[in-house]
Amino acid sequence: MKKKYSITSLIKNSLSDNENWGKMWRNPNPKKHYDVIIVGGGGHGLGTAYYLAKHHGVKNIAVIEKGWLGSGNTGRNTTIIRSNYLWDESANLYDHAVKLWENLSEDLNYNMMFSQRGVLNLAHNEHDIKEIKRRVSANRLNGLDTMWLDKNEVKDLVPIMNTDNLRYPVLGAAYQPRGGVARHDAVAWGYAMRADELGVDIIQNCEVKGIKTDNYKVEGVETTKGFIKSSKIGVVASGHTSVLAATAGVRLPLQSRPLQALVSEPIKPVINTVVMSNAVHAYVSQSDKGELVIGAGTDGYNSFTQRGGYDVIEETVRAIVELYPIFGKMKMLRQWGGIVDICPDASPIISKCDVEGLYFNCGWGTGGFKATPGSANVFAHTIAKDEPHKINAPFALSRFSDGRLIDEHGAAAVAH
Amino acid sequence: MILIKCPYCGERDQSEFANGGEAHVVRPKNPESLSDKDWGEYVFFRNNPKGIFYERWVHSHGCRKWFNVVRNTSTDQILKVYKVNEKRPDLTEFENTLKSPSGEPSVGSGNFAVKK
Repeated sequence: MKKKYSITSLIKNSLSDNENWGKMWRNPNPKKHYDVIIVGGGGHGLGTAYYLAKHHGVKNIAVIEKGWLGSGNTGRNTTIIRSNYLWDESANLYDHAVKLWENLSEDLNYNMMFSQRGVLNLAHNEHDIKEIKRRVSANRLNGLDTMWLDKNEVKDLVPIMNTDNLRYPVLGAAYQPRGGVARHDAVAWGYAMRADELGVDIIQNCEVKGIKTDNYKVEGVETTKGFIKSSKIGVVASGHTSVLAATAGVRLPLQSRPLQALVSEPIKPVINTVVMSNAVHAYVSQSDKGELVIGAGTDGYNSFTQRGGYDVIEETVRAIVELYPIFGKMKMLRQWGGIVDICPDASPIISKCDVEGLYFNCGWGTGGFKATPGSANVFAHTIAKDEPHKINAPFALSRFSDGRLIDEHGAAAVAH
Repeated sequence: MILIKCPYCGERDQSEFANGGEAHVVRPKNPESLSDKDWGEYVFFRNNPKGIFYERWVHSHGCRKWFNVVRNTSTDQILKVYKVNEKRPDLTEFENTLKSPSGEPSVGSGNFAVKK
């Protein structure tokens, strides 16, 4: 059953015109009952199912997805991976993910195209310098590989950058060499394939319409394919998490907003790292196909429209053209929006709640992709053991009443 | 970008306005007697419906006045604009077009609410 990818399988299948690869996962009808149901078939959800089956020996798991696998924010992000967050709690969580990323292709025997090309966070004024240097120091105390680069070192890394003749000159940057990018669809597909091999039922085109509870205990989910019973339900539905939570009578401190991204026409390699700037809001990397992958901001109001306003793109593109004058005449090929669930402190919620057997992994806001394997790993632990892993314990829902917020607005690339 | 009809200045681009989040959130009368949970609820928890949403806007680059809006967050359609001293319109005034939590057809995905 286990599908192995290797040079021999590539050659063998190319000889038959790639017609005989076979399906990567089954397409089963839902059973009446599962031990664990994961709502949301993106990277985080599929990863959770995979780790539940692999590390915690849970046999009877379903992942229920409204559309197709990775059709939500897993397929809509700008694929950037880094862990240079300010607070200890976040550094632990995000670096747990980076460490898993480093072995994920081997673990799943599926090429994640994980490329540790480094991530730069630019400083444009005196305050940026102080703030970024503080974050670099905090990172180093947490054992991360972040460092401060001065203007000339930035220029050496990204020669096409205009550092001086612009309104907010580039004065330096934080640099994390272990950061980089990965192929986002591969994450969903790799986890899906290996979870399926471990017996997880992946049910696509099936929308969860509501979570049924009785006396603060989950009973199952009402779906478009009927009622499915389960005593443990993990909700990983990004932008729609609060809509689902409401059906179980749970309130979450989330607000859903469109976040946009765009890609340009493909060009020859010009930029071999990821460059982000919070102050002028521009972040850009170049995909292996040669397209510039550009992340824009969120709209300033709640919306579920998966589009976003044009002025948001305009602002980002304006900053990018000023930072990289050679992109001035490039054409943009595609633009899209995803609905992100934003938490008041710009940190995620990976937690149990007042309802027994109901778990949430949400609030990733504008930066959840980088954490996919780490998030899935600790969420699986939380569901299996009914208590948080020590890495995600600080990310409990209770922090909004006891005041232990993890304020990462400064480390989030997109202003919330 | 959406157009918003400021009750004082008329229809303008959304970029002239700033959003103030959910409307009609009332500050508890006696904060000192609230539990941490209830206070946290007031400070951090807001409704986030897909569908009809009551929200506040301010015309920051215009008259700088605050007002309330009823908007369908699944389509961005503005259903009603009213001044802060006017009564909150009843939910039954508006047709909720969502058939399921996501507001999309039972099979498949893809932003149905917007495409129509």
